Amino acid sequence: MIKMKNVYKKYSNGVVAANGINIDINHGEFIYVVGPSGAGKSTFIKMMYREEAPTSGQILIDGTDLGLLKNKEIPYLRRQIGVVFQDFKLLPRLNVYENVAFALEVIEETPTEIRKKVTDVLALVGLSQKARMFPNELSGGEQQRVSIARSIVNEPKLVIADEPTGNLDPDTSLGIMNIFEKINNRGTTIIMATHNKDIVNSIRHRVLLVEGGMITRDEYEGEYSYEG
Amino acid sequence: MKGRTLSRHFRESFKSLGRNGWMTFASISAVAVTLLLVGSFIVMMMNLNKMADNIENDVEIKVVADAAASDAAVKELKEKVEKIDGVASVEFASREDELDKIIKSYGKELSLYKQSNPLGDALYVKAADPHDTAAIAKKIDTYEYTADVVYGAGKVEKLFDVVEISRNVGLILILALLFTAMFLISNTIRLTIIARGREIEIMKLVGATNNFVRIPFILEGVWLGIFGSILPMAAIAIAYQQIYAYWQPKLVNEMFQLLDPIPFIIQVDGLLLFMGVFIGVWGSLMSVRKFLKV
Repeated sequence: MIKMKNVYKKYSNGVVAANGINIDINHGEFIYVVGPSGAGKSTFIKMMYREEAPTSGQILIDGTDLGLLKNKEIPYLRRQIGVVFQDFKLLPRLNVYENVAFALEVIEETPTEIRKKVTDVLALVGLSQKARMFPNELSGGEQQRVSIARSIVNEPKLVIADEPTGNLDPDTSLGIMNIFEKINNRGTTIIMATHNKDIVNSIRHRVLLVEGGMITRDEYEGEYSYEG
Repeated sequence: MKGRTLSRHFRESFKSLGRNGWMTFASISAVAVTLLLVGSFIVMMMNLNKMADNIENDVEIKVVADAAASDAAVKELKEKVEKIDGVASVEFASREDELDKIIKSYGKELSLYKQSNPLGDALYVKAADPHDTAAIAKKIDTYEYTADVVYGAGKVEKLFDVVEISRNVGLILILALLFTAMFLISNTIRLTIIARGREIEIMKLVGATNNFVRIPFILEGVWLGIFGSILPMAAIAIAYQQIYAYWQPKLVNEMFQLLDPIPFIIQVDGLLLFMGVFIGVWGSLMSVRKFLKV
């Protein structure tokens, strides 16, 4: 599903965040991306939905070469990928329901479909009771669940999450992970950058270790541990 | 784009006005205040311009025919003058009429001249464009049977100069004011949008196209422009009608006449509305552009 070939990314301030990444990710996989801060995890992830473009190298998603995408086509790429952000990135002026519905309005879904899908997905993440509340009235865990609901509401084949449990307590994190497991069991590919050792070691999946802009370890049922 | 998406954009733009509360208020006030200023100034300038027109149109050429010329010759002269390019009107005044005028202004003693009138018949010539007056006068002077051709040479040119300069100054002032208005309003709108830069970024990240983000903002600019121009439009319409009702009766015989409120107010209000909407949309577009590059 995702193929990266010799991907190299240098930021304008000189930082090299990707230094020759090669990876193959299949449909339906659940992948943890681990590694120290500043190792290039976020860049690795951001390049998949084209928030960042690689300086050189090739990224293919379902056969589409992201390097050949025109600016106009980027929105259509993003619609096939659900993204869960560490800082949630909810629209502050919209309530929970509207935030989730927004992802469907963008793709011009019919109002009936929007109502149905949003109601379903809010039930899945356990927020049906809080649909009319605004983001600033919710706890961090609840906001993260809204963000997840938004990322999966249009049933993307790929969900990317950048430290979705980064700001959450262990119990809440576990609740979030349960949601991701559910989504993964429906066949959705999940790529998750995380610092959460407990989760990686207890819910085993393929682990990619990113260090110095390179993938230094790639293990199925891997462990969190890394040096440094 | 589908119809329901468009109606979504309409709904969204109204919602956004409400949810932005104070920022909306600030933008509308900025539009209202600047347009009130621009509007009042335009009303003043247009009336001064009208006065300048009146002064210019008051310029005429007096052609005095030879006292010896026969009626037929004067008639022929009149026809010839009427045929000159750029002549708007020629009025004939007989030598008797001319004498009556003089007697009226200088006193009864002059009625002695009625015995033997020394004056010639006169033609009053107006140019379609007052600036052609001198050229027309010169041409008439070459015709037969003209004793004298008078149009206030020298003075008229100076008058035209003064009118020209004041018109240009007025135009420059209006343009400068317009520019300031554009700057002020689009700056206020820019502030409201910068406050929402993050929102735009998020919209882009969940797959919104540029137009999907842009259109509600453009519509919002339209509403800001419309709501912002209502107050100055009403204020100018009411104030001008009041001023007109009060002053116009006192100006009946003066050279300075106010412009009739209809269609003048409608034109000014239309212009204000157009400017409000244009500036609103322009300000929105300029400010959103910056955040679309995600």
